[in-house]
Amino acid sequence: MKKLLSAAALLLASTTFASAEGELQLFNWGDYTNPALLEKFEAETGIKVTLTDYDSNDTALSKVEAGGGGYDLVVPSANYVQIYVEKGLIQQLDLSKLPNHKNIAPEWLDVPWDPGRTFTIPWQWGSVGMAVNSDTYSGDINTSAIFLDPPEELVGKINVAPEMNDVLSLALMYVGGEACTEDTAVLKKARDVLMAAKPKWQSMDYGATPKLASNDMLASVYWNGAVFRARLQNDKVKFGYPREGFPLWMDSVALLSDAKNVDEAYQFLNFIMEPENAGLISAFARYANGISGSDEFMPADMKDAPEILIPAELQSAGHFLPTCSPKALEFYTAIWTELRK
Amino acid sequence: MANRAFSIARLPGFSTLAVMVFVMLYLPIGLLVLFSFNAGPSPAIWEGFSLQWYPRAWANEQVKDATLRSLTIASFAAVISTSVAVLAALGTTRRKRSAGQTFVYLMINQPLMVPEIVTAVALLILFGFIKVATGYQGLGYLIIAHSAFCIPFAYLPIRARLEGMDLALETAAADLYATPWQTFRYVTLPLLMPAVIAGLMLAFITSLDDVVISLFVKSAGQDTLPTYMLGQIRRNMTVEVNAISTLLICLTIIMLTAFFLLTRRNE
Amino acid sequence: MTSAAEQAADRKARRAGWLLSAPALFLLIIAASGPLIIILIYSFLEPGKYGNVEWVFSTDAWVGILYSRDIFDGTYKLADAHLSIFWRSVKLSLYTTLFAFVFGFPTAWFIATRSPRMRTALLFLITIPFWTNLLVRTFAINQIIRNEGVLNTFLLWIGVIDDPIQLIYTDFAVFLGMTYVYLPLMVLPLFAAFDRFDMRLLEAGYDLYASRWQVLRKIVFPVVKPGVIAGSILVFIPSMGAFVTPRILGGGRNMMIGNFIDLQFGAGRNWPLGAALSVTLLVIVAVALAVYVRFANRDNGHG
Repeated sequence: MKKLLSAAALLLASTTFASAEGELQLFNWGDYTNPALLEKFEAETGIKVTLTDYDSNDTALSKVEAGGGGYDLVVPSANYVQIYVEKGLIQQLDLSKLPNHKNIAPEWLDVPWDPGRTFTIPWQWGSVGMAVNSDTYSGDINTSAIFLDPPEELVGKINVAPEMNDVLSLALMYVGGEACTEDTAVLKKARDVLMAAKPKWQSMDYGATPKLASNDMLASVYWNGAVFRARLQNDKVKFGYPREGFPLWMDSVALLSDAKNVDEAYQFLNFIMEPENAGLISAFARYANGISGSDEFMPADMKDAPEILIPAELQSAGHFLPTCSPKALEFYTAIWTELRK
Repeated sequence: MANRAFSIARLPGFSTLAVMVFVMLYLPIGLLVLFSFNAGPSPAIWEGFSLQWYPRAWANEQVKDATLRSLTIASFAAVISTSVAVLAALGTTRRKRSAGQTFVYLMINQPLMVPEIVTAVALLILFGFIKVATGYQGLGYLIIAHSAFCIPFAYLPIRARLEGMDLALETAAADLYATPWQTFRYVTLPLLMPAVIAGLMLAFITSLDDVVISLFVKSAGQDTLPTYMLGQIRRNMTVEVNAISTLLICLTIIMLTAFFLLTRRNE
Repeated sequence: MTSAAEQAADRKARRAGWLLSAPALFLLIIAASGPLIIILIYSFLEPGKYGNVEWVFSTDAWVGILYSRDIFDGTYKLADAHLSIFWRSVKLSLYTTLFAFVFGFPTAWFIATRSPRMRTALLFLITIPFWTNLLVRTFAINQIIRNEGVLNTFLLWIGVIDDPIQLIYTDFAVFLGMTYVYLPLMVLPLFAAFDRFDMRLLEAGYDLYASRWQVLRKIVFPVVKPGVIAGSILVFIPSMGAFVTPRILGGGRNMMIGNFIDLQFGAGRNWPLGAALSVTLLVIVAVALAVYVRFANRDNGHG
């Protein structure tokens, strides 16, 4: 017994040792952070970054809201930033501690969800669209009909990422409405389309990248960069931008109000605005970032990737999702629950 | 007697079904282990034998951290739950039945009856409060939660052993003017030791197994091996997870074998 | 006089019993039983705007379990989304219990009728999967039934099928996984019952010209019924609360109660509803246990 106790004490000591130097708790989407980025940061500053994953904006928000999570930085999407701000969950940044703030590309500086970028620092941005296996399906890939009115050959092989906002917005735009609408006629139409399509789906899950690559699924509503990564392993995987309308998103890093390692967090925020480091972020997850001059540090195959470059004629179909009103959110939640019953 | 029972007890089809069940129980685990030695990256297509996935898993910083964390929590939870289980077993066995005893018994078995997800969300709320109020976010919460649900597993073998134990030796010790503590330390505890170790091991495995409660209780950077694996299974199905699983299976088998030998020797 | 001394000794022993149990009770109250009260309280509050709660009394969560306001015409009606999730949980759990019994009964019988040496070995073989990490076992099933998994790869290879069979992400996959995972929980209590079963009763039955089926139904089954009930409860309860298995094998499209509760605390951001659902799940489990206790006691009464 005594031996066991001392062994346990030893183990505990060894795990607490790691936190002796500077540390930083990063709360980020799963499969989204380049390990090489964290290693480089640790090598330069001696700060050890601990990464905790989440799989949706809502999960992250509710964990942060529950309190005492111990996180320093979180990476919400654009339409969630205002919620964090309103609830006082994230703090205003002291820009004097962030000399690299000037590297933010002008088009990503005065964004509607954070004018002047005083709360958030760009991480990556992209779109939600349709991944399709071109071996099975040879029709038009630039349409939401692939999952809302699936062609015969894809029935039962389609995955839909369980992101309420993205999926409902896609459906609303498909039936001619817009995201966060409170127009019940349009909402009803969207619900009916979704309910009719659901039996033809295979799953509603994250983790589609390896499954698309291995042909375990043949189509998916998913994020462009994740589909890009699947395509690198399986060149039959194509990414389509629904012409009826598709969501654009940007995830940005924010400093939590109850962060313990504030100095370390500022060092990290400044670090990721260095073009070379922003390039590292993109090199891993395969999304564009919002830092000027990072292009030259990105892998060559990203420059002309169809998953990154939105075709000119479809650019107007992309929309940044607004933050829905509580009323719209209630509609969303009700439809979403019905969809997953 | 045994032979005669054997023949009359044969029921048609039962043996076939039973053998099938054993095969079905082991086939998935067997394949999982087999593919952890796959040279290729697929958990379904065999490409030759290789050990590469084991060092690869270990080289992964997150896996290493989660493993150490899981072992730490399991060690603490096993020691704590077994200690309190020994005391509770002494307090509830070998005496007249009473209402209080039934209450204690019910309380101890409660973690076996309440669905884990319910306890998990309850702890999420409670620990959320405490975390905000105290600012402490360490491993303590996971250790306490694990210790609590490990108690019934530690308690059962100890209670069984105590009930089967002869009171004569302890009475003799008391007759020789040993204090209750001395009696416990030099008579009861040594006799109880196999059951205590058995309890420790069951509690250890139980803690190591837990996914749901850990998932809800953990703070930043406190992934245990199972919660880490849950994330990986949903996201990135690599053979690395097979390798980790295989190691967990081996650990379980080693512990159980020891447990079996310990409890059998004393029967 | 002796009785007074006895009483005093009895009181002392009882106090010692409480003292010795105190540390275990303390741990259980702070980290297992006590928090359940918080769940009950939360189920009577209002949801916060984006998660957490507002400290305002409300029965909305409880009403919301069964009834929902139609978002389009504002009328209240039965919440069929919730009901179908409940129904799926009950249905799949009952199937799981039934199939665990169908496979577990012969297995336990088989083990109980082997030689003592063999019996120990077989019991050990049943125990290993039981103690093996639930996640690992679910993952093992996942790897077999995936579209690109071992089963489909094999069937495609021998040419039985041309396209992979869609097994994973169906209710069937969840049921299969739960049966696999919880089967040992059925076998062990059944074995314990068979172990105590007096084989001479069989002999008597056959001597009286009973058929095998009659022997099984009229002699074996009544005697081992407590074991059957114990096994069924042990399988039913974790199936009702299952969270990991439906998450990994069900693909998130069709939820069970456990996942639905999780959703309320995560993306659904309705903590009171999640709390009310948790209490409901507890009640279902308590009812199942009460049924068990009743049966077990009645049998004791007969014996």
